[in-house]
Amino acid sequence: MIPAQFSYRRASTVDEALSVLAEHGDDAKLLAGGHSLLPLMKLRLAAPEVLVDIAPIDELRYVRADDDGVAIGAMSRYHDLHRDTVLREHAPLLAHVAGSVGDQQVRHRGTVGGSIVHADPAADLPAAILASDGVLVARGPGGERRVPAAEFFLGPFTTPLEPDELVTEIRIPRQTGLGWGFEKFTRRAIDWAIVGVAAVGRSVGLINMAGTPLRARATEEALANGASVAEAAELAAEDTNPPDESHAPPDYRRHLARVLTARALDKAAVPA
Amino acid sequence: MKVAIEVNGQTVAEEVEDRTLLVHYLRETAGLTATNIGCDTTSCGACTVLLDGESVKSCTMLAAQADGHAITTMEGLTADDGELHPLQRAFREQHGLQCGFCTPGMIMASVSLLDHNPKPTRQEVRDGLEGNLCRCTGYHNIVSAVVEASGQEVDR
Amino acid sequence: MSIAGTRVVRVEDQKLITTGGTYVEDLRGDALTGAVHAMFVRSPIAHARITSIDTSEALAAPGVIAVYTAADIDLPPAPVDPVTQSWLADGVVRYVGEAVALVLAEQRYQLADAAELIDIDYDPLEPVSSIDAALADETLLFPEHGSNVMQVNGKEFDEKTFDDCEVVVTRTIVNQRVAPVPLEVRGAACTWGDDGRLMVWLSTQNAQIARTVVAAGLGVGEESVRIVTPDVGGGFGAKVGADPEVVALGWAARHSGRAIRWTETRSENLTSMTHGRAQQNTITIGGRRDGTVLAFRLEVVQDTGAYPRLPFLPILTELMASGVYHFPRVETASRAVATNTAPISAYRGAGRPEATAAVERAMDLFAAEIGMDPGEVRKANFIAPEEFPYQTPTGASYDTGDYATALDRVLEAGGYADLRAEQARRRASGDPVALGLGISSYVEVTAGDDSGGEGGRVDINPDGSVTAYTGSSPHGQGLGTSLAMLLSDQLGIPLDKIAVRHGDTDEVPKGIGTFASRSLQMGGSAMRLAADQVIARARELAANMLEASPDDLELNVDQGVWQVRGAPASSTVTWAQLAERAGEGELSADEWYDEGAPTFPFGAHLAVVEVDTLTGKVELRRLIAVDDAGPVVNPLAFRGQRHGGLGQGAAQALLEVMNYDPDGNPTTATLADYSFISATELPDFELVNMETPTTRNLLGVKGIGEAATIGSTPAVHNAVVDAVAHLGVRHIDMPTTPVRVWQALGDARKAEAK
Repeated sequence: MIPAQFSYRRASTVDEALSVLAEHGDDAKLLAGGHSLLPLMKLRLAAPEVLVDIAPIDELRYVRADDDGVAIGAMSRYHDLHRDTVLREHAPLLAHVAGSVGDQQVRHRGTVGGSIVHADPAADLPAAILASDGVLVARGPGGERRVPAAEFFLGPFTTPLEPDELVTEIRIPRQTGLGWGFEKFTRRAIDWAIVGVAAVGRSVGLINMAGTPLRARATEEALANGASVAEAAELAAEDTNPPDESHAPPDYRRHLARVLTARALDKAAVPA
Repeated sequence: MKVAIEVNGQTVAEEVEDRTLLVHYLRETAGLTATNIGCDTTSCGACTVLLDGESVKSCTMLAAQADGHAITTMEGLTADDGELHPLQRAFREQHGLQCGFCTPGMIMASVSLLDHNPKPTRQEVRDGLEGNLCRCTGYHNIVSAVVEASGQEVDR
Repeated sequence: MSIAGTRVVRVEDQKLITTGGTYVEDLRGDALTGAVHAMFVRSPIAHARITSIDTSEALAAPGVIAVYTAADIDLPPAPVDPVTQSWLADGVVRYVGEAVALVLAEQRYQLADAAELIDIDYDPLEPVSSIDAALADETLLFPEHGSNVMQVNGKEFDEKTFDDCEVVVTRTIVNQRVAPVPLEVRGAACTWGDDGRLMVWLSTQNAQIARTVVAAGLGVGEESVRIVTPDVGGGFGAKVGADPEVVALGWAARHSGRAIRWTETRSENLTSMTHGRAQQNTITIGGRRDGTVLAFRLEVVQDTGAYPRLPFLPILTELMASGVYHFPRVETASRAVATNTAPISAYRGAGRPEATAAVERAMDLFAAEIGMDPGEVRKANFIAPEEFPYQTPTGASYDTGDYATALDRVLEAGGYADLRAEQARRRASGDPVALGLGISSYVEVTAGDDSGGEGGRVDINPDGSVTAYTGSSPHGQGLGTSLAMLLSDQLGIPLDKIAVRHGDTDEVPKGIGTFASRSLQMGGSAMRLAADQVIARARELAANMLEASPDDLELNVDQGVWQVRGAPASSTVTWAQLAERAGEGELSADEWYDEGAPTFPFGAHLAVVEVDTLTGKVELRRLIAVDDAGPVVNPLAFRGQRHGGLGQGAAQALLEVMNYDPDGNPTTATLADYSFISATELPDFELVNMETPTTRNLLGVKGIGEAATIGSTPAVHNAVVDAVAHLGVRHIDMPTTPVRVWQALGDARKAEAK
């Protein structure tokens, strides 16, 4: 299993990355941790001509708290986030979820920006960021723009990002004091979630219940209208469209979404 | 492109194809064959090495991505005088290996695990090695080996 | 003092933990300098006619040496009774993963590029993707054979068999197809020497059988083939002998005049290495309400995959059908059917796990039907210790056993009564996390192969060290250490002066290898014979040197010297002196041991699981095991074999299945999709000791390589069903994945509502 030939370029700054992207357009693909892209390339399901390695961009590896919340540099690795004391204080859900992605080795390489941009509906972090009302900061030749997570995930592996744009930062409103819960249902520890639920306060993000990460809106509205957790969780599968696989048919996934939402919300009911 | 990597303390610098995987660079270019390939999907962990001290799966990295960095393979754990690393010793003492194929990756992942958590419980070892597969041992003695290497008593 | 029976750290490990093993892929010798790399292009479709193959573009690609197809290979196909198999698919492909073309290129990376350029057109045929589809016999894999049924065994059933039974339970259960997944995939390297001999380095469990297969395939004499087995990264039955790929590589090396290296990918391994199990078994059990079983019937349908590679698998299942029980009447029959899936062959246990799973599920179904504790039902039907040797109705001759003691010990160690009480408490309180207890009492057969015999050779070197050669072929079991321990005890020579060699057919021309858990009892007995011969020769030499009668001489094994009996102060002779006196290579013996008979290890396992009844997820909490294989040579290795078996057996019950969709496409073709169990899903194992010797070989030992796999699968399986029995569930097919448990709970609720 060997990737098709490509030409490797390395960027050490955002500007460098943008200029290589501008030069090669659609032929270029950004390489962050590489844990989504390289497996696809080895299976020859992806064959970019130019690979732009942005993992070395140290200016994008940070977690900072400011007045609005927490700012996370896109090249921060899962492992960085899992152990980051600022994140643990201000957005503990994300710190926890980052520690559940893949395995130890994957967490040493995989980046939050890579995960977001890959937009895999089965991935953990996008749903947690969605539940957290996160905002993504993208930079391109025209400058910087902000896209709420709620508008970022358009379909499986599809985002509104232009080929010459780069996600530089993820902004999360401060969650200090809010309870949170995360439920990831797998057969094996190492597997992708069959279904996952990330809850913070009364917000609920669903993993692998449609072509994109989803908010469990019916559940959230019921909670806002005074329903109990048990009642609200019964609505978790409303407006979902879960994938059909032999080990997890859609009706099973809907059932799991309800059970796991109740469990995640029960945990989130306890203030941090 | 020219890739220069400090492998087990010695710099290896060679011209390779841009698409060269790190694991092939280590095995073919650096000539260090302890690191094995057990799958194509970043699942089995047999190819685990340390990149700047942290465990990574070398089948899912380009050699180019390690350019200018330091890699440690299992060969690099043994001291120059032949003294074994505590994990190497413990894997032998606890019979934490049978066919030996997963062992280099398992040991390197364990180095990283103990670096993050110096006194793990048995369950923490199991959770920490979720990305390393072994077909021979049923993992029981691998867990014992990591616990022993951490300086804790093995009671089973 | 004897070291056998003491815990000895393995001599194999020093290399494996420092520089790593030398597996085929790691070979760097001169003979392979400049070797080209090989890759098989495999069928992406389950059943089709090959209408055309265009290799021109690939041949023009950089570095490509050759592209071969069936049209090039001028060798008769391999017999796989009652049909044949071509070395590369000839006209028809019969499973996804079947080799269609062989590409050679100078560099590994060029291969992957070139393989993409080979253009093969297929005309699809109806796929036969399941046992039921095969039995329908509408689409035939081999029209010339006239049926998909490849083999039939057994007599017609007696319709009166269950007439006197108060209770009869019957059910069809699936023993699912699983993939062996040795961590090292298949690999080989080969080159033809100037002497006209083919040299093959091969990841195999037995070099000598591989030599037979390769020589026969290539149509040359066995003396023209040398197989060398480097370190092997696990086999589990699937690396017995040599696969067809190896013959194709040998042919290609001859045709191209180049040395060749081949390593498959994991996806290839999962789709085209043989799989295991794959049986559909109908069990019928009948007896009295007091727990006495009067009759048992097992009807096996074995899926052979596309080519019937191992006809004796279902026969072994039939042989072991009645397990540890004294059933008055036992009936068995089997059919083997071809499907458009990867061929089935041996996988850890090979035929016996299927028998144990069938009878142990049957016992639980019977117990559930009469409302009796599954442990009590077993005890009411065990073969008693005084009945050994015991001739089973299916033709096995059990050597020794004490099945009730094994079960008592495991239940006591597990705290069975307390666990049942805890289970009752949870059920009474409506706890959504249900507790399940599963028992399996098992007996299996080791060295049950017909090939019989094993070779052993002992050379005393001039420096007093030993080089021993075995026809066994260990690949992780630690047999090198165990044999050295036995020799050390016998010869009085320290372990560090004993080297055990194996796996090179020029060094060990005669041998059978490692499978069927046969190596210690067969290889160890052969080594015992050879050492006996060396000792006899040494006695003569020593007598001569000490000017004493041979009868007066004794070997002082504590000091490793020969001395005159009753005169310890007199002079002594060392092994080095004897070797010196005998002359180069003279103090040596090469023996063939073929007097051993199959032995029957046994045991009992208790599994404890928790089932989340809301999600269906099962957590294996405890696995407690008695595995009795007679006296233990190296407890370290013995326990290691049990651990590995327990893990693999539990994995089949809980997670693993090699799946094909209705079109015959494998859906678990990578390790991301195939649920290979990890450390996180397994508990610590609790091992209980028991040692019952056999009389059927020189060492009194039985095999331990497969025993724990055989016992653990039904224990874990029974535990899962037991956990949800109070909710109306009687059976869930393996693997007991969350969705299956959840569906079973839903079905039970619906049935109750009716």
